[in-house]
Amino acid sequence: MENNAIGSIEEEQRVRKAKKFNLWLGMIGMFMMFAAFSSGFIVYTASGVDKGLKTILPQTFMYSTAVLILSSLTMHLAFKAAKNSALTKQKLFLLLTIALGIAFLFLQVHAWGLFFAQGITFINNNASQSFLYVFTGMHLLHIVAGLLVLLRCLIGAMRGIPQSNNIFRMDLAAIFWHFLDLLWIYIYVFLLLNQ
Amino acid sequence: MSSTVISHDAMHHDDHGHHHETFLTKYVFSQDHKMIAKQFLITGIIMAVFAMLLSILFRIQLAWPDKDFPILEVFLGKWAEGGRIKPDFFLSLVTIHGTMMVFFVLTAGLSGTFSNLLIPYQLGARDMASPLMNMLSYWFFFTACVIMIASFFVESGPASAGWTIYPPLSSVPTAIPGSGLGMTLWLASMVLFIASQVLGGVNYISTILNMRTKGMDLWRMPLTIWAFFLTAIVGLLSFPVLVSAVVLLIFDRSAGTSFYLSDLVVQGEILPNEGGSPILFQHLFWFLGHPEVYIVVMPAMGITSEVISTNSRKPIFGYHAMVYSLVGITVLSFIVWGHHMFVTGMNPFLGGVFMITTLIIAVPSAVKAFNYTATLWRGNIRFTPAMLFAIGMVSFFISGGVTGLFVGNAALDIHLHDTYFVVAHFHLVMGSASIFGMLCGVYHWYPKLFGRMMNTKLGYLHFWLTFLGAYLVFFPMHFMGVDGVPRRYYAFTEFPFMEKWVSVNLLITWAAIVAALGQVAFLVNFFGSIWKGKKAVQNPWGANTLEWTTPVEHIHGNWPGEIPTVYRWPYDYSKPGHDEDFIPQTVPFSQTMSSNQMHDFEGDEEAMRIQEEWNKENNRVE
Repeated sequence: MENNAIGSIEEEQRVRKAKKFNLWLGMIGMFMMFAAFSSGFIVYTASGVDKGLKTILPQTFMYSTAVLILSSLTMHLAFKAAKNSALTKQKLFLLLTIALGIAFLFLQVHAWGLFFAQGITFINNNASQSFLYVFTGMHLLHIVAGLLVLLRCLIGAMRGIPQSNNIFRMDLAAIFWHFLDLLWIYIYVFLLLNQ
Repeated sequence: MSSTVISHDAMHHDDHGHHHETFLTKYVFSQDHKMIAKQFLITGIIMAVFAMLLSILFRIQLAWPDKDFPILEVFLGKWAEGGRIKPDFFLSLVTIHGTMMVFFVLTAGLSGTFSNLLIPYQLGARDMASPLMNMLSYWFFFTACVIMIASFFVESGPASAGWTIYPPLSSVPTAIPGSGLGMTLWLASMVLFIASQVLGGVNYISTILNMRTKGMDLWRMPLTIWAFFLTAIVGLLSFPVLVSAVVLLIFDRSAGTSFYLSDLVVQGEILPNEGGSPILFQHLFWFLGHPEVYIVVMPAMGITSEVISTNSRKPIFGYHAMVYSLVGITVLSFIVWGHHMFVTGMNPFLGGVFMITTLIIAVPSAVKAFNYTATLWRGNIRFTPAMLFAIGMVSFFISGGVTGLFVGNAALDIHLHDTYFVVAHFHLVMGSASIFGMLCGVYHWYPKLFGRMMNTKLGYLHFWLTFLGAYLVFFPMHFMGVDGVPRRYYAFTEFPFMEKWVSVNLLITWAAIVAALGQVAFLVNFFGSIWKGKKAVQNPWGANTLEWTTPVEHIHGNWPGEIPTVYRWPYDYSKPGHDEDFIPQTVPFSQTMSSNQMHDFEGDEEAMRIQEEWNKENNRVE
């Protein structure tokens, strides 16, 4: 314990670099999960002519995609503000990002309602259609996790944690949020190609 | 980040801060990699003993299918009414034995212990990249263990669909008793377990890539680290796929979807689920399941490499080949899963493809087996208990690996599938080999874990009982399998062609009981030595790697002063011209002028010139 080498600035930076790397690895893991759903979907859908989405995806997904891309933009602005030590701006953009994230959440749930009205239910003998809920639902769970991360950043910024911690948190949160954005675009394109 | 100035204030939030340690933070919710390694090891050992006892129970049933053992009823109650294990409970026993051994003992117990212990130690790091994630990894694992054991206290019994939990047994709660709450608990436990493995694995990879000390380039890493690194990569890419499979399974069970279910009649009632495919589950499951066996065996390989080299007092034979063969196994492990599914009605062409990729794995595996043998060849061998277990690991890996050529062959597998031949194969090649790798690691690094030595004589006793026991248990199973005796059957008394195997089952069960008793020697030795063992010296085996430069007494941050710098690879044993038979990685070449070789300098001309000058002055001929 009593030594100066532990906790030196280089050590701290090395640990932070490693933690950031952890996030990248975690995202690879998350992506693998969705890749498995995708291949499951492909294998299942190929098993018979009566399988497949058999529907046109609703307009709502266009709006939710736009909302999510916009939130990525505001997140980027929040991160930039954090780097410039513009705390008020950072908090404002963070709040905006969280609001857009919540809007995305509602739009997705709204899309489920539309599916349901069309008779595309989760409990379905054509499980390709059940997959619609699995893809969007699992993604939404990640969005909820992302929102918690953003909330933590916001609380940190409001409490006035040291600037270096603030930037580090924002950096990780921004990477994760952009990842969730890209992940949704991947899912959306994948579903579009199969509709 | 480099432009950021870190204020002093920030340092207090650092995990290495000067906080006071309480019992809870030191022994329970510890974030120190050494303590977490011990937690993983001891939990792993407890789970191993538990799973071993389960195996003894079903072995008793197989050996004496017509006999009553009233004592069983005392312990198991209605699951062994009249002293005979019930068929339903028999299925639970094999299921939970497999699950615990594969996941809790050989995945978490093995990787969790040694990755946590050795990655920071052997690379020269103060701790893991994220000590918090590391702690969470252990507690998720622990909770998973508790839930799995809790399923024994459920009215309908633990899960009993086999460790592979194929639907529909796993996805229709009314199928058999074990498909009910027991299966739900199994799934809950496994989700926590996967979370634990992903958290741990991410940390291992990141630590290896980011936290190496000065001079520790990738090609100076011990083979243990290479093995843990590639194991973690395999885990990171395959465990999330199991999550997907399990998520869909949970929906089928609880929500009524039909991902895996179709055309089912349970107790005269037609189920509403239509259109699903149980084969889909098998694809998703084995995409994890096959890499999983390499997750189990690769750390054992890494540990064995290190122990064999140290105790042969010779450099490991073919260091680069050892690394590349691990890489080869890692890559191939993802494209062979179909060989578990040859009999699912797979297109024979596809089966042929999977057969070829499967048989190619023989190449890197053989490279490893030959390199172990070549390292032993004419070595100055020290038969420590760790070394015996390492050699035992190689033995099992070869004798179990050879039968892989049989079951990997689609044409032969149609006959051998689901017979005792498969049981024999995987228990030798991944079961026994990995357990021996793990035990070899325990004996070798015990002084580093607990600061004391284990008793050698008990170690020898443990080795021989386990080694002979394992062969006596698993070798005869090959013959049963070739004769067509199916696995997972409750009793073989109803089939005339299997009657001749009852006597063999008797032999196997007795061998299993003796081997199980042999583990008592280990348990006494392991737990006894924590308090009563001989005090260890700093480097008891004369090894080169960095962990032996740390003080015997564990300290936070591992090294009291600066982290040592690394100058050479870890296998400079018995180098000609040096006065000792080992040169630790921390010794610079300037201190070993009499033993340096020109290729040590990797093309550094200045160093070679100095060496040549020295050679001339001292009349040294290389």
